[in-house]
Amino acid sequence: MDTPALSVRGLTMAYDGRVIQQDLDFDIPRGQIFVIMGGSGCGKSTLLRHLIGLQQPAAGRILYGGDEDYWAADETRQDALKRGSGVLFQGGALWSSLTLAENIALPLEEFTDLPAAAIREIVAVKLALVGLSGFENHYPAEISGGMKKRAGLARAMALNPDILFCDEPSAGLDPLSARRLDELLLELRASLGSTIVLVTHELASIFAVADQAIFLDAESRTMTASGNPHHLAQHGSALVRHFLARGEDA
Amino acid sequence: MPNQSARIDLQPDVDTLVLRCAGTWHWQQTLPAQPGLAGCKQVRLLAEEALEDNEGALLAWLLHLARNCQAQQIALDADGLPAGLGRLLALALAVPARPGKPEDNTSHFIQRLGETALRLWADLPQAAHFIGEVSQGLGRLLRGRANFRWRDFLWLLEDCGPRALPIASLISFLVGTILAYMGAVQLAQFGAQIYIADLVAIGMVREVGALMTGVILAGRTGAAFAAQIGTMQVNEEIDALRTLGLSPIDVLVLPRLLALLLMVPLLTLYAGVVGIGAGMLVATTVFGVGAREYFNETMLALSWTHILIGMLKGTVYGALVAFAGCLRGMQCGRSAQAVGEATTSAVVTSILLITVSASILTIMFQRMGI
Ligand SMILES: Nc1ncnc2c1ncn2[C@@H]1O[C@H](COP(=O)(O)OP(=O)(O)O)[C@@H](O)[C@H]1O
Ligand SMILES: [Mg+2]
Repeated sequence: MDTPALSVRGLTMAYDGRVIQQDLDFDIPRGQIFVIMGGSGCGKSTLLRHLIGLQQPAAGRILYGGDEDYWAADETRQDALKRGSGVLFQGGALWSSLTLAENIALPLEEFTDLPAAAIREIVAVKLALVGLSGFENHYPAEISGGMKKRAGLARAMALNPDILFCDEPSAGLDPLSARRLDELLLELRASLGSTIVLVTHELASIFAVADQAIFLDAESRTMTASGNPHHLAQHGSALVRHFLARGEDA
Repeated sequence: MPNQSARIDLQPDVDTLVLRCAGTWHWQQTLPAQPGLAGCKQVRLLAEEALEDNEGALLAWLLHLARNCQAQQIALDADGLPAGLGRLLALALAVPARPGKPEDNTSHFIQRLGETALRLWADLPQAAHFIGEVSQGLGRLLRGRANFRWRDFLWLLEDCGPRALPIASLISFLVGTILAYMGAVQLAQFGAQIYIADLVAIGMVREVGALMTGVILAGRTGAAFAAQIGTMQVNEEIDALRTLGLSPIDVLVLPRLLALLLMVPLLTLYAGVVGIGAGMLVATTVFGVGAREYFNETMLALSWTHILIGMLKGTVYGALVAFAGCLRGMQCGRSAQAVGEATTSAVVTSILLITVSASILTIMFQRMGI
């Protein structure tokens, strides 16, 4: 077996001493689509912030490539690890003073020596992949919430990251765009071998794309299930089965 | 139909409390008190035919009752309620209340004063840390290793400099006029109007030009910095920079600091020139001083020392404004309200710092005899 892309060991997350989730333990296998499920407010976005090094764990470790402790690494190494992952934030987090094209070009300008013409081409391809061709010169304030999400995804993919983190990518999208997005994620995994970590509520897309899923429970403040969603829908705890019940028949 | 007021009729049984809800429930009237539950094992709810609860007052009352019952592990039988009300109550109870944050008690004035003082104190290490980070960023920039974006820098240069000219012109002109008038009224008493030129030139170039520029920049540019960076904090744009390993100091703070530092001496100089022009206008039109005379006197009065001191002061004020604006922006919380607070705080901090440093600098130069 390959080493996992990311491992979480005994992770406890807290804000000002208020524990959000505790004792999380799981591996994110390479080249798979890994879904984080759970009711709203249970700490999914917070978990994502821990996985990408934006927030320091109250306890426990985040291991990259199976054994490299993120918070034990020095700053240069942390930056390199961060650069190997692309992040789509819950609100898109596009830089509002830049156009969509400039948003996607910025990581390429900062971290590659590609000529401007090549960068333009890459930007055009990424925008086309998320269905936003022709919006190169729009500013984030001029597009809808769902479009911001998609543009954010295009930016997250700019550097062809090994791991892609997406916080509710299909929230606020119409069903057709949401399906296209699922297809895009599957395609990224198949053609680039990307590892994709997905926070989502969309049951249809969970069943369509997830290889593995974990379920965070707001009540017990810990992970109550992990496995393939089809398996969980049959054999998970009552709560997880209930959560997944409305997607099976969809 | 008589509009009966809200009522709860108690019918205590052996260990069951039967509550009969009746009347029309309004928020405007005092609602019945919650019944004591001591000693009972079950609460049964019944309803009268004429029960009305269009505003949800009864629902709120029942929710309290149900939570009390849950807390004391008393069974609640709501089958006797009208179907709609029963379903709403069941829905409201479906997810148990989670212990949340305690309410923010609106505290007493004295307490708030104390908290503010503590916060100012707690600010110091953060400010020191920020200065440290900015210095490191400057070091990286000098070694050519910072992620400095020249395009942003050029845009900021334009925003801090040329775009501030209209307001700077207006204020400097008015201040120059005031200075000339106030001086002239005194000087004219012994026929020394010509010294208006000295007063205005030295006053504007050495002190007031820099001070006015600092204050204008605090309200205009410092506030904008705090709002820009604060909004980026709210929208997770700064997190997006961090996840690329880009330092927000390099990308956001350095260009702002440098743009302001470059522009502020020029603005100070400009303010001085406009002020002198205003003084000349007043002196020639109102107090009968010749334009050529005035010009010559101004040239005599001004020395490079005055000009350099003025520009130095302006630069210090500009640095303080940029520092306060960027610091408050970076400290901004994650809500729209926090952006407003950051902006206000940036202006207040800037003006406070400008005032303090103006006093220190003036005394310092006085002591040095220049
Ligand atoms: N900056 C913050 N400060 C304090 N508490 C927070 C902050 N952000 C989120 N929380 C709390 O953490 C919990 C989880 O939030 P979040 O991770 O955003 O949930 P999810 O993404 O699963 O909906 C919530 O209870 C929320 O109130
Ligand atoms: Mg979330």
